[in-house]
Amino acid sequence: MGRFILRRMLFVVPSLLGLLVLTFVMLRVLPNDPSAALAGENATPAQIAAVRTAYGFDQPIWKQFAVYLKQVVHADLGTSIVTGRPVVADIALRLPATIELTFCALLFASAMGIPIGTLAAVWHNSVFDHAMRIVTVGGLAIAAFWFAIILQLVFSMSLDWLPLRGRISVGMPEPAPVTRLLLVDSLLAGRLGVFRDALLHLVMPALTLSLGGLASIARFTRAGVLDTLQKDFVGYAEAAGYRRSRIIWVYVLRNSVVAATTQIGLLFGALISSAVAVESIFDWPGIGSYAVKAILTSDYKAILAVTLVVGVIYAIVNIVVDIVHALLDPRVAESL
Amino acid sequence: MLILIKFLRDVPAVLGAVIVLSVAALAVVAPLVASPEAVFDGNLLERLQPPSSVHLFGTDNLGRDICARVMVGSRGALLVALSVVVLAVAIGVPAGLYAGYTTSWGSELVMRITDVFLAVPQLILALAIAQLIGKGLESAMVALGLTYWPFFCRTVYAETRRVRSTLFVDALEGIGASRSRILMVHVLPNVASPVIVRATIGMGFTILTTAVLGFLGIGATPPMPDWGLAIAESREYLPDSWWAVTFPGLAILATVLGFNLLGDGLRDLVDPRLRRSR
Repeated sequence: MGRFILRRMLFVVPSLLGLLVLTFVMLRVLPNDPSAALAGENATPAQIAAVRTAYGFDQPIWKQFAVYLKQVVHADLGTSIVTGRPVVADIALRLPATIELTFCALLFASAMGIPIGTLAAVWHNSVFDHAMRIVTVGGLAIAAFWFAIILQLVFSMSLDWLPLRGRISVGMPEPAPVTRLLLVDSLLAGRLGVFRDALLHLVMPALTLSLGGLASIARFTRAGVLDTLQKDFVGYAEAAGYRRSRIIWVYVLRNSVVAATTQIGLLFGALISSAVAVESIFDWPGIGSYAVKAILTSDYKAILAVTLVVGVIYAIVNIVVDIVHALLDPRVAESL
Repeated sequence: MLILIKFLRDVPAVLGAVIVLSVAALAVVAPLVASPEAVFDGNLLERLQPPSSVHLFGTDNLGRDICARVMVGSRGALLVALSVVVLAVAIGVPAGLYAGYTTSWGSELVMRITDVFLAVPQLILALAIAQLIGKGLESAMVALGLTYWPFFCRTVYAETRRVRSTLFVDALEGIGASRSRILMVHVLPNVASPVIVRATIGMGFTILTTAVLGFLGIGATPPMPDWGLAIAESREYLPDSWWAVTFPGLAILATVLGFNLLGDGLRDLVDPRLRRSR
């Protein structure tokens, strides 16, 4: 198992290194004058010249890459021209909000998608199956940012059931930051009022974000269950007289969902992508809204840092998913 | 013929085809139906009117007819999506053919580059590239195309590898067919169907992504009748003027749904392995 984890981690090294090259090329090589790009739109020639010597753009390109690598290893991705703080600090502050949001969205998507997909497979070609097909294809077709606005329109502006935006009500004292995940921190501090407030703020963003994931999970669960239903052990279990519900929800589901866990890693990429727009709409203080602000203000360092950080998280998530997959199904670890 | 009958039996796929054809038809006739005044100039005296018989979908904050703007917007959406997918196919398919057919270090390099592009979610990478080449719709299109080709490359690579190991390719090599002839005349038709399926679903996906970019203010610029941009512009007039946000969003939903249903149907048609499951 240890060997599997090690090999799996070595797998991502080339692509992460490639990502570093890519961001380096985008940062230093492609812009006509990287110093001007880094100094910002309204920089004076003197400022640009200062940036040029400060970043060593007069050095040969391989030397510049070595310096860049050294900076990345030391978690020094530069200073944001907007907040004036190191972008790594900005991202570290905002990352927990995005993690909390995407995790809840993924949880909801799985909790809804797996039963729906299973039922669609069990009753395949029924009315329920066809309706689910249209709904799941629709879930992938809906623009998350539009759905978010419609939710806001209905549930906060019209019905006033849920808060419109933000992560916590204005004036609500935040619990002591331990994990920086508000739901966890408020429980740790034993403040149920804050927990409830944070949860209410989370409902609409998480629901919006989960939509695409829910549709995908339902679809691959359906395909997996259909496949498993044709296996011999199902016939055996039926002949042995197990109840149908037990066969489906215990034996078949376990065998189909295990293979589908790898899909969750891929889903995470889609979630992060929609988080960019969704966070902006709900003023969610995560890295998605940070990225949008960075782009609108031409904060070049910030946007490339977000790209790099998301790439690293994406790699970590996929490694974790593969390890979980191998733990659930030891055959996987042996095949690698 | 048989394949057409099979397709016509698939109700959701036919529905998708009907939607796609309708949107395409709408995009063609839109300039004839919708006057430039209704789309661009508007009438400030009639701003934020609810849907009525005169303005089917109501009017926006500048008194422009939303129905006309949604119709003309379909041109931009289809054109952008088509350009992005064509660019991605133009890079991804040759790269995939090359990497799949040869076993040189160049092939390895192509696939490692693909890995790098797939190591970051497409939208994030597209945002970074769009930022680099400047604001506006053209740069957004280029950025989306430059980040979408690896998906085609992967598909074509896998298919080419499969075809390459078949007997008929060995035979062709044996009788001395040139590599370009084998690739163009024999391998390409075999990898075409998964590419068409991917491209169909990619059309819907790209319309969605372009709308996100337009909404965030990175893609289309005012006064273009872009669907995503229209939603962003009308957002501040909620909750009173719900129509100005609702209808452009429904247009995105319907169009993307059409492409996805069609793509799904095509996939079931060309992939016998999946056909069994339905």
